[in-house]
Amino acid sequence: MLSCREVSKLLSEARERRLGLWERISLKLHLMMCGGCNNFRKQLDFIGNAIRRYRDRDD
Amino acid sequence: MAIPTDEDLQQVRSYLLRYARLQLRDAALAEDAVQETLLAAFDRGATFSGKSEYKSWLVGILKHKIVDVIRKKSREQSLTANEDASESEMIEGMFEAEGQWHQLPSNWGNPEKSLEDKKFWEIFERCLELMPARTARVFMMREVMELTSDEVCGELAITQSNLWVMLHRARLSLRGCLETRWFGDAAK
Repeated sequence: MLSCREVSKLLSEARERRLGLWERISLKLHLMMCGGCNNFRKQLDFIGNAIRRYRDRDD
Repeated sequence: MAIPTDEDLQQVRSYLLRYARLQLRDAALAEDAVQETLLAAFDRGATFSGKSEYKSWLVGILKHKIVDVIRKKSREQSLTANEDASESEMIEGMFEAEGQWHQLPSNWGNPEKSLEDKKFWEIFERCLELMPARTARVFMMREVMELTSDEVCGELAITQSNLWVMLHRARLSLRGCLETRWFGDAAK
């Protein structure tokens, strides 16, 4: 069973490499039960978008 | 547009400056990189069918200039054991000994709304400044310059797993800061 620390690391790594099958399964299992890590996952998407918006904004 | 006008140039110049500052976190270095970019562009004297083509051509040159600066800097300032320890301490503080979140990440609702709020960007900028320098650098190379993992590792002469550790720290730091300073209050 993965800990939240490990899950947060895998979620970050998923943006860098293709995760293995076992990694994906254990991630899914954890995310089914952990609201905090689910929020973290969405937050990673958001900060990626936000930084590019920041880069490209006009003012 | 065969030749860019002064106005085009001013506009694209301020874009390039923001781009370079974001990555280099140093106004003077950013200014230098942009000047060199514009000079190099002038020397090459290419022509363009439109403004956006012109802009992305310049961004391409700027990326190379920025990578040169980073390469030089990273040779000068290799990481001290202290810095690494303090970064890893910061991350460890976010988790309990068994690896649970010290404080569960909260639901940010519809965070895209914040992108329209000027105050959000002030906080966002502040949080970028608060990221540890080295982790911020790799994070920007990936997310702002959109270099591949392989490119970042090659430029900085670090391993993939090293890069992943740094990106993980960078992302934890940024989201933690935004949650404390912005989304925490918004949720209240």
